[in-house]
Amino acid sequence: MTTALSITKNIHDWLFSTMPEGVASIVEMTLIALVYLGIFSVAGLFLVLMERRVAAWFQLRIGPNRVGFQGLLQTMADALKLLSKELTGTVKADKFLYNLAPYFVIISSLMALAVIPFTKDFHAFDINIGIFFLIAISSIGVIGILLGGWSSNNKFALIGAMRSGVQTISYELSIGLSLLTMVLITETLQLSEIVEVQKNGWLIVQGHIPAIIAFMIFMIAGTAETNRAPFDMAEAESELGAGFHTEYSGMKFAYFFLAEFINMFIIAAIAATVFFGGWLSPFGITESIPLLGVFWFLAKTLTLVFLMMWFRWTFPRLRVDQLLTLEWKYLLPINLVNIVIMAAVVWLNLTINF
Amino acid sequence: MTNEALQNLIGGWFPNPEADKVPAAVTDSESEEDSGDNQVAQQQVNPSLLEFTEEGSEHLNISVHSHLLHQLMSTLKENAATRFDYLFCLSGVDWGEELGVVYHLESTTHRHIVVVKVKTDGRENPTLDSIYDIWATAEFHEREVYDFFGIKFNNHPNLKRLFLTEDWVGFPLRKDYVDDINMIIK
Amino acid sequence: METTTVNSNFKSEKYQINMGPQHPATHGVLNLLLTIDGEIIKKVEPDLGYIHRSIEKMCERDSYQQIVHLTDRMDYLSSNINNEAVCLTVEKALQLAIPERVKVIRTIIGELTRISSHCLWWGVMGMDVGALTTYFYGFRDREMINDIMEETCGARLTMNYNVPGGLMFDIHPNFVKRVKDFIAHFKTKLPEFDTLLTENIIFQKRTKGIGILTREDAISFGASGPVARASGYSCDVRKYHPYSALDRVTFKEALRTEGDTFARYSVRIQEMWESLSIVEQLIDNIPEGEHRVKTNAVIKLPKGEFYQKVETARGELGVYVISTGTKSPYRLKFRSPGFSNLSLLNHIAVGGKIGDLVATMATLDLVIPDIDR
Repeated sequence: MTTALSITKNIHDWLFSTMPEGVASIVEMTLIALVYLGIFSVAGLFLVLMERRVAAWFQLRIGPNRVGFQGLLQTMADALKLLSKELTGTVKADKFLYNLAPYFVIISSLMALAVIPFTKDFHAFDINIGIFFLIAISSIGVIGILLGGWSSNNKFALIGAMRSGVQTISYELSIGLSLLTMVLITETLQLSEIVEVQKNGWLIVQGHIPAIIAFMIFMIAGTAETNRAPFDMAEAESELGAGFHTEYSGMKFAYFFLAEFINMFIIAAIAATVFFGGWLSPFGITESIPLLGVFWFLAKTLTLVFLMMWFRWTFPRLRVDQLLTLEWKYLLPINLVNIVIMAAVVWLNLTINF
Repeated sequence: MTNEALQNLIGGWFPNPEADKVPAAVTDSESEEDSGDNQVAQQQVNPSLLEFTEEGSEHLNISVHSHLLHQLMSTLKENAATRFDYLFCLSGVDWGEELGVVYHLESTTHRHIVVVKVKTDGRENPTLDSIYDIWATAEFHEREVYDFFGIKFNNHPNLKRLFLTEDWVGFPLRKDYVDDINMIIK
Repeated sequence: METTTVNSNFKSEKYQINMGPQHPATHGVLNLLLTIDGEIIKKVEPDLGYIHRSIEKMCERDSYQQIVHLTDRMDYLSSNINNEAVCLTVEKALQLAIPERVKVIRTIIGELTRISSHCLWWGVMGMDVGALTTYFYGFRDREMINDIMEETCGARLTMNYNVPGGLMFDIHPNFVKRVKDFIAHFKTKLPEFDTLLTENIIFQKRTKGIGILTREDAISFGASGPVARASGYSCDVRKYHPYSALDRVTFKEALRTEGDTFARYSVRIQEMWESLSIVEQLIDNIPEGEHRVKTNAVIKLPKGEFYQKVETARGELGVYVISTGTKSPYRLKFRSPGFSNLSLLNHIAVGGKIGDLVATMATLDLVIPDIDR
C-alpha cells in the first residue's frame, strides 16, 4: 500500500516509530479511511449543490443561494436536517435487510474511491488490478438497491429495485468492455500506470476512433450504471414515486442519495483517468508542480460530471425495454466490434503518440 | 337533417299503435323506409312508447318508454340516415315521481343532434337497460348515474359506485336526499 | 416434460398496485388501480371521487351568477372557458343580445386561457416522460398570460371574469399592448418547445405508436378535444358550433390521424399556434361599446331545457340546464371532457408498460376536479 501525500510522510514515519508495525499500519489505514470519509461526504454534498445549481441554470432559475455565500452551505444544512429526521419504515419490512441496504450502497461507492488516483501521491490504494477492482466494487452497490427495494415491502420499491437490477447488470458489461478496450493500449490494469502511459498523449487521442467510441459507450453506460436520467428507471419519479428508496427516510435516504452522487463522481473520475490523462496537465504545462495534478484531475472530472448533469436535465427518460434494447442490441455489439478494431490498431501500431 | 325530418324518420320506425312487444320492422329498418309514408307513420306512433317534443329546447327531444330504449338507441346508431354514433352527454334527472336519464346524441357524419329521454317506473327500484354495448362511454356515465341517482342498469358490466364509497347510504343527486352535515341548504 | 415443471415453479403472477391518489403522474387525487404482470399493464381501473364536491347538486340551490363561480373550480386550467359556457347558456335562454365587444374579448381571453393551459400541459408532459426542464419553460410563458389576467380581472387562475350578460369589468387599458407583447414573445418561444422536447429522439421513441386510439373508439368513448382530434375525429366545437366571436376568425383545426401519444402531443402544439393566430386576428379589432348588458339582479331562466357546448382546453364542455322558471336550475349537468376521456384510458393503456401508461395519461391531459365535479 502506497500512502498519502508527501506531507503525510512524517505522520507515517512517526506512527511506525512509536508503535509496533502491525498496529501502526492498522492505525494508519483507519486514519486514511477517516480522512477519505470526511472529504467525500463533504464532496458529495457539494456535488449535490453543484447539481442543483446546474439544474437551476438549465431551468431558468437561480437555485439555492441563501445559506452561506451563494448557497454553499445549503446542502450541509440539508444533511443536518436529514440527520435529525425520524427514521420511518414500513411495519412489515424485513427489518434487518431494510437497515442493511443503505450501507451496502454507500460503502461500495466509498470503497471505489480508494483506488482513484487524484494525483501522483494522492492515491490511497494503488493495486495492480485497479480497473478490475473498480468494476467489481461498483457492481456491489446494486445489491443494496435490490435489498432495499425488496425488503421495504412496497410494490413500487420492488419494481424500482428490479428495474435497477436488470439495468445495472446489463450496463456492467458495457462499462467493463469499454474499459477493456482501453486496457489494450495501456497493457496494465493499474491506474497509476495507466496515467503514466498517457504522458505520450491522452488515451482518447492515442486510441483515436475506437477510443472515442469507447468513451461514448462508457459515458452512456456509466450514466445508466449510476441510475441517473435518462436512465433513472429505478427512481422514475413520475412512474414509481421514488422507486427503491420510497420507504426510506432521514439519513438512510441520504445514504442512497449521497451514494448516487459519489457514484457519478467515480464514473467521471474513471473516465477522466482512463481517457483524459487523469492528473496530467494538457501538453504537460504544469508538470513541474505535482500538486496541480489534483486541480487538473478535478477539472476534468467535474467537466464530465457536468456532462452527466447536462444529460439529466435535458433528456426524457427511456422506457425500461428501450433501455435494455439499447444495451443488448446496440452498445454491446458495437463494443465487441470496437475491441477488435482497437486490437488491430494496437497490433498495427496505428496509435497516435507524441 | 332538420329536427322535423328526424322526427318523421324516427317516428316511422315504430308504426305499431299498441305495441308492447317489439315491432318487427325496427331491427332492419333501412333508409328507404323514411321517404314515402312519413306522415302516416308519424300519426301511428304510440304516444306512450315514443313522444316527440321541441318545446323549450333547440334540439329534437324523444321521450321513449324504457323497454324500447335499447332498441331505439341501437337503431339510432345503426341506421344510415341517422347514424348517431357520438353519445356526448348522459345525465340522470330526478323528475319527482320517477327518475329519468337524458341522452344527448350527435352524428359525426350528419352533424345533427337529438335528445333521448327515458323515465323509470317509480323511484323505489328504478331499472333501465344499459347502452354501454352501443357507446362505450356509457359504461362510465351510467356508473355515475347509478352512483348519484340509484338507477340500476341491466347488463352493465361493472355497476358499482364510481365517486362515492361502497357503503354510502342514499343517492345524493336525488331531490329527496338529506344530509344535514355536508349540505348547506338556503 | 421437464420444461413444464420448471415453468410451474416459476409461474408469473399478476399483482395490483395503487397508482395514486398521491402519485406524481396522476396530477391530482386520482387513484388508478393497476393490475400488472411484471411491467405490463393488464387493467386500469380508475377510482374516483377523492375531491368530488357535487357541484351539480350545489347548482340546484344557487343562482346563475353563483354557478359561474363554481365552474372555475372544475377544470381550473380553463376556468375562463368554463365561465363562458355557463354565461352563454344563460344568455341563450334569456335571448340576450350580447355586445360585440364582449364577444371579442371573451374569445381572446378564452384562447389565451387555452394557450396557458397547454403550456402547463406541455411542461407536465415533459416531466412525466422524465424531462424535468420542460416544466419551467412551460411555466415561464404561462406566467405572462397569468399576469395579463391578473391585471385585467384581479385573479390569476380562477378568473370569474364572465358574468351572465357580459364581462365583470372592461379590459385594462394595458390589455391590448400586453397581449401583443405576449404574442411576439411566444412566437419566439414556441419553437423552443419543439427543439427541447418534440425533436428529442428519446421522446419520440417514448410516444410514437404508444396508446393508440382509433377513430371509431374515440367516437364510441365520447372522446373530445385534442384526444379525439389526434385520432382523426374532427370535433372542434369552435368549428361546428361557433360561439362568441369564433365565427369571424379563420383557423385550422389541428387534426392528426395516427391516434397515438405523439399525435395527441402534436395536436396540442399545433393548437397553441392556432390559438395564437386567433388572438392575433382579434386583438386589433376589439369593437368599442358596452362591456355588459343589464340583467335582472335575480336571473330566472324560462321554463325549458338548454344545452350549450364550448371547447375548453381539454375538449367539449357541455352545460345542460333544465329550468322550471325559478332562480336556480332544476337540474344542471356538466358534461366534462375529462370524464369521457378518462373512460378510454383502460382501453388504450392495456398491454403497455408502466412508463407508457404515464406518457399516455399525460397526453389525455386529465384535470381531476374536472372529473370529480
